[in-house]
Amino acid sequence: MQLTNLTLREAHELLKTKKLSSVELTQATLQRIHDVDSKVKSYVTVTDDLALEQAKRADERIAKNGNVTPLTGIPFAMKDCISTRGVKTTCSSKILENYIPQYNATVTNKLSDAGAVLVGKTNMDEFGMGSSCENSAFFNTHNPWNLDHVPGGSSGGSAAAMSASLATFTIGEDTGGSVRMPAGFCNVTGIKPTYGRVSRYGLISLVSSFDCIGPMTRDVYDCATVLEHIAGHDEKDSTTYQSPVPNYTQHINKPINKLKLGIPKEYFVAGMEAGVESALQESIRQFEKLGMEIHEVSLPHTKYGLPVYYLLLFAEASSNLARFDGARFGLSKSDNAKDVIDIYLQTRREGFGDEVKRRIMLGAYALSAGYYDAYYLKAQKVRTLLRRDFETALASCDLLLAPTCPTTAFKLGEKTNDPLAMYLSDIYVVATNPAGVPAMALPCGFSNNMPVGMQLIGKHLDEQTLFQVGHAYQQVTDWHKKLPHL
Amino acid sequence: MTNTIDTKTVKHVANLVRLGISEEEAQKFSGQFSSIIDYFNMLNEVDTENVIPASDIANAENVLREDVVKPSMDREEFLKNAPQSERGYVKVPTVLGDE
Repeated sequence: MQLTNLTLREAHELLKTKKLSSVELTQATLQRIHDVDSKVKSYVTVTDDLALEQAKRADERIAKNGNVTPLTGIPFAMKDCISTRGVKTTCSSKILENYIPQYNATVTNKLSDAGAVLVGKTNMDEFGMGSSCENSAFFNTHNPWNLDHVPGGSSGGSAAAMSASLATFTIGEDTGGSVRMPAGFCNVTGIKPTYGRVSRYGLISLVSSFDCIGPMTRDVYDCATVLEHIAGHDEKDSTTYQSPVPNYTQHINKPINKLKLGIPKEYFVAGMEAGVESALQESIRQFEKLGMEIHEVSLPHTKYGLPVYYLLLFAEASSNLARFDGARFGLSKSDNAKDVIDIYLQTRREGFGDEVKRRIMLGAYALSAGYYDAYYLKAQKVRTLLRRDFETALASCDLLLAPTCPTTAFKLGEKTNDPLAMYLSDIYVVATNPAGVPAMALPCGFSNNMPVGMQLIGKHLDEQTLFQVGHAYQQVTDWHKKLPHL
Repeated sequence: MTNTIDTKTVKHVANLVRLGISEEEAQKFSGQFSSIIDYFNMLNEVDTENVIPASDIANAENVLREDVVKPSMDREEFLKNAPQSERGYVKVPTVLGDE
């Protein structure tokens, strides 16, 4: 038995029945990180000592049978944009390279209370700006299925670490596909919950009205388990829902026959890689066999999702990133600074990478006098139309099915010189964030030996249906069980 | 083809976001910004007459609470991350310049 390949559910069973200790499982995970992560490079920080200490405490908790949760003693990794007290949180940016938060994100607290064991922080595109993890200021992360390819982004480190069995589950963050797109590229399951389902307190903001923290796991059952533990109202984030978090796993086996699955016709058009399209068609047939009703639906504003998403991202990010001023925390460059403006100019020039610079400048442009109406306001109006598209489609269907990306993982370097081409790889995942609806990515096949992902898109707060349908699919398919050879 | 966003505009927005940039960078960004903005101009095709801009997310309700003073982060703890501090304050050079 290879301990690092266990699902969360399997690991929990072994821990609970004391056939395995958290220290053993954590040691095996750390050992594998030290053995293979030099190839994958998914971790920015590995927290060996802290992890072993937490694992010991988890074992004591289990020994005393005291408040053991499904996450107690389970090693996990966190995307490096989520604050961890006393552990560096860099957003893979030079500006935060040595930043150690003095407080925990709510998600960090919840996972720690549940007894989960933090083994490290994962690489990402700087501040979440990217689709390939190549915008990390530190190093590239490699796709475990083929090391010459990207893992996707921006949660590329969390996806690659999950895929390469370098944690039992990982936490990602999805602003416009940043959980789902890399999940698809790396053959893992990952969910962007409904906006407001998981607290953003302590998440270093990219786009405050899009950002959603979500788990990345080996399968749908594990994904439901982790979401149960991190979701919920938080007085420190007033955009979180008051409504109680359902017990997703308890109802995960509910029958799915007669549920209506919508296929948005705008998502199945020319330009999709043939192997991706055939994998998607095969999964539609699979859902039909499972007794679901398949309906074609229309999301007429699909092609405008990309400009709406990016314009609003630029604008919000340019405001959010104003906090990096070189004065209160993070990198500070003040060589011969004559005034405080000089510190800003120097610090931000040295601390931000090109993609961050592009986006905050374009944000200032879209918000500036003379362009505000044409870009920012126009995008907010079309956002209303995008949201209506989903409302209409989801009024006649229980959920929708779409690809996560038109292609499988592309090669490192393939798109780095063309920012627009990189943006276009997000075409299927961005529209859900301006609309706020939940969406889950799961493995559905291979094309040219690289994983293909699909996403299930649901109604506001209806993660339950996504889990039921995804779980039913994974009972009759084994794509999610396929692991890369490293 | 001329760039929709010239280097002068690039330098202007760089200054708005307090980002130091060189002439060379301004030129590079000018070309990239133009192709991005040109592509995004497709939004002009959409009729948004009478459409209310989405200024909120779906879960929009006012959240009110009592204005009660609670302890916040310890000052010394906070200053651990400050590049420069003095007598319990964050220290920066002159704030009021000649402009």
